[in-house]
Amino acid sequence: MAAKFPQKAMAYFLLAPTILICLLFLYYPTGRTVSLTFYKVAFFGLKKIYVGSDNFKELFTSADYLQSVLVSFIFTGASIVLSMTISLVLAILLNQKVRGIGIYVIAIIWPYTLSFAVAGTIWSYLFNPAVGMINYLLESLFRIKPDWISIGPLALIMIIVTTTWKSLGYNVIFFLAALQHIPRELLEAANVDGANDLQRFWKIILPLLTPTIFFLLVMNSIHCFFTSYGMISIMTEGGPAGATNIMVYKLVHDGFNMFKTGYASAQSLILFVIVVAFTLIQFRVAGRRVHYGGA
Amino acid sequence: MALIISALLIMTPVILALIGSTHTTFEANLYPPKITPGSAGITNYIRAWDFGLGRMMLNTIFVAAVVSVGKIVLSLLAALAFVYFDFRFKSLIFVFILITMMFPTPVRIVALYDLVESLKMGDSYLALTAPYLASATGIFLFRQHFRSIPSSLADAARVDGAGPLRFLAYILIPMSMSAIGALAMIQFIYMWNQYLWPLIIISSEEKQLIQLGLRMLMQDLAGEQEWGLAMAGVVISLLPPLFIFILLQGQFRKGYALAEEK
Repeated sequence: MAAKFPQKAMAYFLLAPTILICLLFLYYPTGRTVSLTFYKVAFFGLKKIYVGSDNFKELFTSADYLQSVLVSFIFTGASIVLSMTISLVLAILLNQKVRGIGIYVIAIIWPYTLSFAVAGTIWSYLFNPAVGMINYLLESLFRIKPDWISIGPLALIMIIVTTTWKSLGYNVIFFLAALQHIPRELLEAANVDGANDLQRFWKIILPLLTPTIFFLLVMNSIHCFFTSYGMISIMTEGGPAGATNIMVYKLVHDGFNMFKTGYASAQSLILFVIVVAFTLIQFRVAGRRVHYGGA
Repeated sequence: MALIISALLIMTPVILALIGSTHTTFEANLYPPKITPGSAGITNYIRAWDFGLGRMMLNTIFVAAVVSVGKIVLSLLAALAFVYFDFRFKSLIFVFILITMMFPTPVRIVALYDLVESLKMGDSYLALTAPYLASATGIFLFRQHFRSIPSSLADAARVDGAGPLRFLAYILIPMSMSAIGALAMIQFIYMWNQYLWPLIIISSEEKQLIQLGLRMLMQDLAGEQEWGLAMAGVVISLLPPLFIFILLQGQFRKGYALAEEK
């Protein structure tokens, strides 16, 4: 460990800007959100009334809110399962020391750099019930032309597919890195012992991937819950009839379209509890296997 | 083989979008869908650009650059403090910064909007950049990187009488270029993709960011089915991050894996 510089006071100056930004734009608004949950705002923000835990009571008895929670978990769960399964297969395919494999890696990973809004726009185009490619294929093959926009479960499928596609790259990156860390000797020893591919996968590779799988479960969940707003905004606006009204979308709608500040803040607080839970789980599990990158 | 098919399948949506961007309104609404390039050429791109996307693209480049640079600077300074200084409350402050990773935008957005408006920062580039300048991820990345640098260097610097800032500027930074590159790339793409905060805080069109341009196009489309225009918007929106990604994708994989795995 490097010997330290003696000018201790300087450390505080170096940290000051970061601490300031954290206090002002991170801690303060989060704290204020908590206090806002205790008020109802009337007359378009001109009057605040203390209502104790009424906002929460209203939330927990609201069919719309409970639907939005359910939708969020279904959307997240399905997207994650699909995306991680496909990504693992892709990572295995990409884990070959072949020349030019890099091109395939780039081609498969890069959709992750797209925003949810861009992905949403592209897939809105493909899923368009009247002239989209997907319905053309479905009609040619199965003679069906589903209405992806006006039927609840179909809209949900639409956003699940979009999210799965978009997140493949992210999962592939981590799976590929993990696969490449598996010591060759382990796999070769298994071969010597007569293991076939499937056995190698289940008994050696998969167990060694468990930390990565766990990590990705948490990170994907956070992405689905907290960063997918743009997709919903462009593709479905929460509809039809709340079928894709994920928690984040409803929260923003209640807070900024309906001016129900306290109500929206209560939703924020619940989301906060969720992200804390995800993060703590992640730290607990990761803490046991901290490795600083490298070989 | 399987790999080629997979890669093609994954690229198909984007390829279709690219082809679709050259369709006229008529061609875009043909059924069966037209999968050959259309006759609108780059007309849709020009329309999208004039519609506002051009301006938004410039705004976003500006904002993304400012945040990337700002975040890197602040993270470097903070990492310098954590690795090369001992001071009271060091662990506390570290945890303090660490915890901010649990405050994603939706959790504070109502209060944040309130705060920014009451500071009279609403609808400004300042509001679009300032909240993003602190980064636990960046600090982690640099801290980890600095710790891998031989301590003999810091000792030598002090023997030479160099202060911490000169040490940072002349030794640490040159040795951290790949980490800086990786972070710059992640941050640029992250800012490029921002949707929710610009949506809430920006009300004037000429300051708006690129992702919101897509929303504008799609909303205008509601009755018109101008898919060619929408796809042109999509291509415009995805080119800069793609360009940066391809340029630095080696860095990306190293740096991102390091940063996210904490």
